[in-house]
Amino acid sequence: MAQYQDELDPITGRKELVDGDNVTFHDVTEAVARPIEVPSSRWWIAFIPSVMLLGVYLISIAYLLYMGTGIWGLNNPVAWGWAIVNFVFWVGIGHAGTLISAILFLFRQKWRTSINRAAEAMTIFAVICALQFPTFHTGRPWFIYWPLPLPNQMEMWPNFRSPLLWDVFAVSTYFTVSLLFWYVGLIPDLATMRDRAKTPIRRFAYGLFALGWRGSTRHWLNYEKAYMILAGLSTPLVLSVHTIVSFDFAVSQLPGWHTTIFPPYFVAGAIFSGFAMVLTLLLPLRAWFKLEHIIGIKHLENMAKIILLTGTMVGYAYGMEFFIAWYSGNPYESYAFQNRLFGDYWWAYWIMVSCNVITPQFFWIRRIRRSVVWLFILSIFVNIGMWFERFVITVTSLHHDFLPSSWDYYSPTVWDVSTLVGSFGLFFTLFCLFVRYLPTVAIGEVKSVMSIANPHYHGDGGSHGEHH
Amino acid sequence: MSKPLLKKKTYGLLAEYDSARAIYHACEQVRDAGYKVWDSHTPFAVHNLDKAMGLGPSVLPWIVFAMGMTGASLALLLQWWTSTVDYPIVIAGKPYFSWQAFVPVTFELGVLFSAFGAVFGMLGLNRLPMWYHSLFNSERFLRHTDDKFFIAIEARDPKYDPQKTRELLERTGALHIEEVED
Repeated sequence: MAQYQDELDPITGRKELVDGDNVTFHDVTEAVARPIEVPSSRWWIAFIPSVMLLGVYLISIAYLLYMGTGIWGLNNPVAWGWAIVNFVFWVGIGHAGTLISAILFLFRQKWRTSINRAAEAMTIFAVICALQFPTFHTGRPWFIYWPLPLPNQMEMWPNFRSPLLWDVFAVSTYFTVSLLFWYVGLIPDLATMRDRAKTPIRRFAYGLFALGWRGSTRHWLNYEKAYMILAGLSTPLVLSVHTIVSFDFAVSQLPGWHTTIFPPYFVAGAIFSGFAMVLTLLLPLRAWFKLEHIIGIKHLENMAKIILLTGTMVGYAYGMEFFIAWYSGNPYESYAFQNRLFGDYWWAYWIMVSCNVITPQFFWIRRIRRSVVWLFILSIFVNIGMWFERFVITVTSLHHDFLPSSWDYYSPTVWDVSTLVGSFGLFFTLFCLFVRYLPTVAIGEVKSVMSIANPHYHGDGGSHGEHH
Repeated sequence: MSKPLLKKKTYGLLAEYDSARAIYHACEQVRDAGYKVWDSHTPFAVHNLDKAMGLGPSVLPWIVFAMGMTGASLALLLQWWTSTVDYPIVIAGKPYFSWQAFVPVTFELGVLFSAFGAVFGMLGLNRLPMWYHSLFNSERFLRHTDDKFFIAIEARDPKYDPQKTRELLERTGALHIEEVED
């Protein structure tokens, strides 16, 4: 397997995280900062279609506000249609960013440093997209502050026993903490941009948000502590968020929803879909911004392994749901699962299984894990599959509930489709603006994991066993 | 009308190094020479450099702990007060204070307050934002966010002496030493 032999760090004996001979700190700064300072015209190729899709989104929302949620395909019994499907889909996407920034940090996975910035940005934008759907699904989004415990003329309080209210607290906390974590990580890199700035506007703008950072070791001491604490807080937070999202379903009495497997199954699925989206975004980014030596093939391979792991967990959960449906002896539960397989929405179920169970198994093969083209194609399939998973869960359980007299078939309208497609416009527009103006790789963090950053590094290819 | 000539004050001496290894050993020497009012500036957190400078641990965890407990307590208090005192109402046959259902919000607000404590506590301990600092007067210092490493010994350090301090920094292997204006 000589073709896969990676360069090794002389001190730790592990894979070098930045590829190339004698890469200096300055080279890393240049590689990341250059595409922001001298933008490529290719950026417009991504930005213009994104803004056009954003236009589709804005038109859809404007028409929704004018007409009301009747323009969507919602009916009775399917009162939760694409809006909740899209909400869960987007929140799930966000989870990979937090996994990379927090959980991999606690596990000392140093390879995370080259992808955490973009993944955290993805998290924030995905949560912004997610928040759109419940907001507009309320029908009267100008009353969205009603779930907050604010004193009011009716002297009533929100129902703290409702999972929907827990969701309000969970997702808003998640968004706030992710934003803070991202910003804290950005501060030293904004200072880098400030110190390189050639124009007064840039110096002012980056300087304002860099807060006067001057790389002081006394500051790094508190900074690193804050970073570690934020990682420690985000880890249970991210697990709680999708757990609580799954409570929206699991706490109800509906067959197919009322299961205890939902929290871990939702979290695994979220990480699975999120990593697929990270690959979808980073594969073009690293090629266009010429970051292949920083976001190396080994990083991509590691992500593929996580997709394989979480995808297999999701496949196990699908199987276990069927086992429990049979083993419980509950006729309603059994029917719900038969209905998934062979009922009106059999096509959605089989799309989901093909994309989520079969696709990740390709990553057992090393050549596929290290092939950019394969990774990109498979990541798209995972994205599709995970959207369908939420569709299957939401719609198949709702459209055939306990009373056959209330059964109905649900199908989306053109406005459902345009809102979902448009939300990708919102997401990609925000991501394009991010890669245009902010360092897409955590410059300082990547430097700190290079072998030359080690105070014991001699430059002649090895440590001489010094101890301090 | 001529203004009185302002005598420019000196902030201190700024020494430049070009590797993590060099600054690490330089910091050990400055620490051992007994300086107190000094700092090092690096493009990334050099591992254990705080120990080479003789700094103690950060107090930030205590701030975060206090904030987290405050957030969680406030959340539980809010849920208890609204559902048992201010507007008691039976929901799904549960007791007024059904604490199991109050765990998620308590947890989330605990995390939220802790995160505020971590971020704003860190900024407060570091006295940031501080958009003006004397070191920014040095043109060479701009490289501290790129690939250069600096030690700054301030003039208000009791051991500071323009000549002796400069000699010490030269002995540590500094590539360039300059006096920075306040």
